[in-house]
Amino acid sequence: MSERIREKLSILADAAKYDVSCASSGSNRKNTNGGIGDTGNGICHSYTEDGRCVSLLKILLTNFCIYDCQFCVSRKSNDVKRAAFTVDEVVELTMNFYRRNYIEGLFLSSGIFKNADYTMERMLSIVKKLRQEQRFNGYIHLKTIPGASEELVTEAGLYADRMSINLEMPTEQGLKTVAPEKSHAEVEKELGLVRNKTLQYESERGVIKSVPRFVPAGQSTQMVIGATPENDKEVLRTADRFYKDFSLKRVYYSGYIPIQNNTGLLPLIGTPPPVIRENRLYQSDWLMRFYGFSVHEIVNDEHPDLELDIDPKLSWALRNIHQFPVDINTADYRLILRVPGIGIQSAKKIVSARQFGKLRSHQLRQLGIAYNRAQHFIRCADSPFSLGEQDAGRVRQILLQESQSKWRPKDTAQLSLF
Amino acid sequence: MTSYIFDGTFYGLLSAVFESYERKHKQVRLYTHTAYSSDMFGGAITVTTNPEKALRVWKGLNGRIDAQHREEFYTSWYADDLKTWQLLFDYALYIFEHPAGADRDYGHALVLGLSQVARKVSRERHRMKAFIRFEKGANQLYHAVIKPDYDVLPLIAEHFRQRYADQAWVIYDEQRHYGLYYDLHQVQEVVFEAVPAAQEHAAIRQEDTLLDSQEALYATLWKDYFRNTNIKERSNLKLHIQHVPKRYWRYLTEKGDVRY
Repeated sequence: MSERIREKLSILADAAKYDVSCASSGSNRKNTNGGIGDTGNGICHSYTEDGRCVSLLKILLTNFCIYDCQFCVSRKSNDVKRAAFTVDEVVELTMNFYRRNYIEGLFLSSGIFKNADYTMERMLSIVKKLRQEQRFNGYIHLKTIPGASEELVTEAGLYADRMSINLEMPTEQGLKTVAPEKSHAEVEKELGLVRNKTLQYESERGVIKSVPRFVPAGQSTQMVIGATPENDKEVLRTADRFYKDFSLKRVYYSGYIPIQNNTGLLPLIGTPPPVIRENRLYQSDWLMRFYGFSVHEIVNDEHPDLELDIDPKLSWALRNIHQFPVDINTADYRLILRVPGIGIQSAKKIVSARQFGKLRSHQLRQLGIAYNRAQHFIRCADSPFSLGEQDAGRVRQILLQESQSKWRPKDTAQLSLF
Repeated sequence: MTSYIFDGTFYGLLSAVFESYERKHKQVRLYTHTAYSSDMFGGAITVTTNPEKALRVWKGLNGRIDAQHREEFYTSWYADDLKTWQLLFDYALYIFEHPAGADRDYGHALVLGLSQVARKVSRERHRMKAFIRFEKGANQLYHAVIKPDYDVLPLIAEHFRQRYADQAWVIYDEQRHYGLYYDLHQVQEVVFEAVPAAQEHAAIRQEDTLLDSQEALYATLWKDYFRNTNIKERSNLKLHIQHVPKRYWRYLTEKGDVRY
């Protein structure tokens, strides 16, 4: 008995690990029914050896699948061990892990067996059992099965905290080459359905307080990076559009990890996943969501790809050196936020502290800004008098020489002078 | 510079603030009874803890600082060391000496100092919410042992009470020799009186033989899950250790097969 469940868990956790999302925040479910669990800011209970957080029990219901998407490890034609959980097995695992404080909740996804509705029905009965029979108020992230009926998706949305459906590839053309059976239109349909239901429930709640919350932690999606040839401009523009059109909470970028595949359409096994590029995309994503940057400032026709050796904020600042230096003691909060080396916390502290007197460089250092980087872009009370603007090339060179990035190639080539 | 000796409690600290205000001492060096040796300076003032005075100070402080800084002040108390308590003392004096709003002057060493200490303690509190691992006993009691860097149990009690409202649990701090016990109604502080400090860990784990029949299975499944959700191609041990520092490993079910 225990050997069988161990094997299932191994197979179905292994197959689910390529879904990056592990957020357990954004919902505010209280344990008011004398049951178990709540949700809040989210907690990462552990971290795997690849440095990713473990917050949710992330599993597939099954890795049997009728589709044959080339990038997917569970595709029909791939020769892997198959398994499927029963509804009760998933419920038991979730409850027992949760009670031991291993997890914040469940992330349930699935391969598609028989058809979309058959699969969705099973997923729905799991979340229903958790919420109703077990009185479980922990976090539930449910993957929407593409093509599932509106009724099933709507009902699931009343039990789940977050729902998501993956774009898979950044563009429709990219998706078509590796997964002809899928389309972005289908994803948009599902995202749109949940978005509209959310709005509908919210407006009803405005009138009748007892109307339940619908997908309170919102929706997210994921794109695979580096499997198909899209550039960063295409990736970020897609992300930007989906943030705007579907009010997504998150777009995840997943560097492609090559798996067994003979079609020649995808990178070969052994190709390292593009971790730096992925990191730069996340940094850009943050700039768009929290730092007031528009996508065109980060990537455009002139600069379609993000620089790998410097972060996108620094990259933007060097391209726009004429907008600097920013005077820390007078500049608007939004401008201070654009200085490389100053984050949101520091920017807020600066704006708060300067009401009490002009800030000097030693105070800025203590506040915790990355002063070595920021100093080229700011002026404060004790900055030496300077003539005109900085030379972007020189600043870049100084910063690159100072930085000790773990990503830097070991055989440090001579830095270019230009 | 005057020396004050207080009893190492939150109310004691606030009473010391009251005392210094009354005696017009601007420069005070704080000691606890244990940290003070009488030959150091001589003439130290022993502060009597007085809840009434303490509350007056707390109220006065609350009227002058905003909710965020009040929270930071209270959180920082649990850093559980004299240096931080001195900082809190000086901070309180600073707040009373300046017009309202002085708590937002991050250019001031005390204001910045408070927010930095609060962040450290708060991080440890968050870690404990994450890293506590319950084992289920045959008696249905879920128990966990930890050794946090700071004295954060009081700061996490409410979180665990709300979340695990329908199961009885114990969380025991083996460094500070006390724990929290929830009996399905309320959370109480508990100590192991009959057991010498060195054997407390064993005493709690002694129930090993009396674990729930499913406990070993779920611990194993959790380890299986932890292993299988890892992506080998992306291995980044440095980051792993940064997030899960080694000193916590012995309390984490998923790290290591050694049972203690």
